[in-house]
Amino acid sequence: MADSKDIKVREKQEVTTPAEQTTPGMVFTPQVDIFETEKELTLLADIPGVKSEKLNIDLRDNILTITADIDPAEGSGEEDVLIEYETGRFYRQFTLSEVIDQNRIDAKLGDGVLRLTLPKVEKATPRKIAIKAA
Amino acid sequence: MIYRRLWGFPNWEARSPFAELERMKRQMDRLMEGFSGTYQRPYAGVFPLINLTEDKNAYYVRAELPGVVAGDLDIQATSNSLSISGERKLPAENKDARWHRREREAGKFSRMVALPSEIDSNKVDASLVNGILTVTVPKAEVTKPRQIAVR
Repeated sequence: MADSKDIKVREKQEVTTPAEQTTPGMVFTPQVDIFETEKELTLLADIPGVKSEKLNIDLRDNILTITADIDPAEGSGEEDVLIEYETGRFYRQFTLSEVIDQNRIDAKLGDGVLRLTLPKVEKATPRKIAIKAA
Repeated sequence: MIYRRLWGFPNWEARSPFAELERMKRQMDRLMEGFSGTYQRPYAGVFPLINLTEDKNAYYVRAELPGVVAGDLDIQATSNSLSISGERKLPAENKDARWHRREREAGKFSRMVALPSEIDSNKVDASLVNGILTVTVPKAEVTKPRQIAVR
């Protein structure tokens, strides 16, 4: 991928969650990168404006749920002049096919990007089988 | 006389007619949303999308820039506009990684924001917190509303 290309504008994707939210407001799908190595699965998600205490990551029965709430960025007494993007909660769910070691899950949040490392359990890591000549 | 009322309106020249149109369009769209269920938000089509708000003393330009480092941002101000450019770099990941999804984008961006009135370009302040850029642009003294005491 060339580094010099320009970023194209993409509107935030609003989601309709299966169950209706109890709190009013818009819900958006964060953009994610997911990649896998032999030992772990890494997920990167863009969640601008989320503080770590408002971020909720839940993994049960192979379903990974990311929910993140934001505080309004606008101060009181500000009037809208031009609004191009809306803000609201982030929500996304994934079904994981790998068995994840729940105790070693690691989450980092910096500059509005969540980096979630999900290590696979030992037995799920493929083992190279050496073949001996007979 | 109507003519003078319309075109001699104090702020009309400075305030971009597009900003006014956008506001009306947004209100119309919100009304239409109830009927059709589809709602296309207006936007300039240039990354990053911005929200512009104002209070008595300043304009606030906000943009969502997750993963952008302050050092990769270049913000310049003139007497009535603001230019935001920079680059979003995504760190290279492990070469052996097999990708499942790749939705996040890297690249350069540049955007010009025209402000509705004159600003004090010397006192512009920018901060980048949790991936949200906030540029505080103080209005020029001459454009600030002045309280007039009635004797």
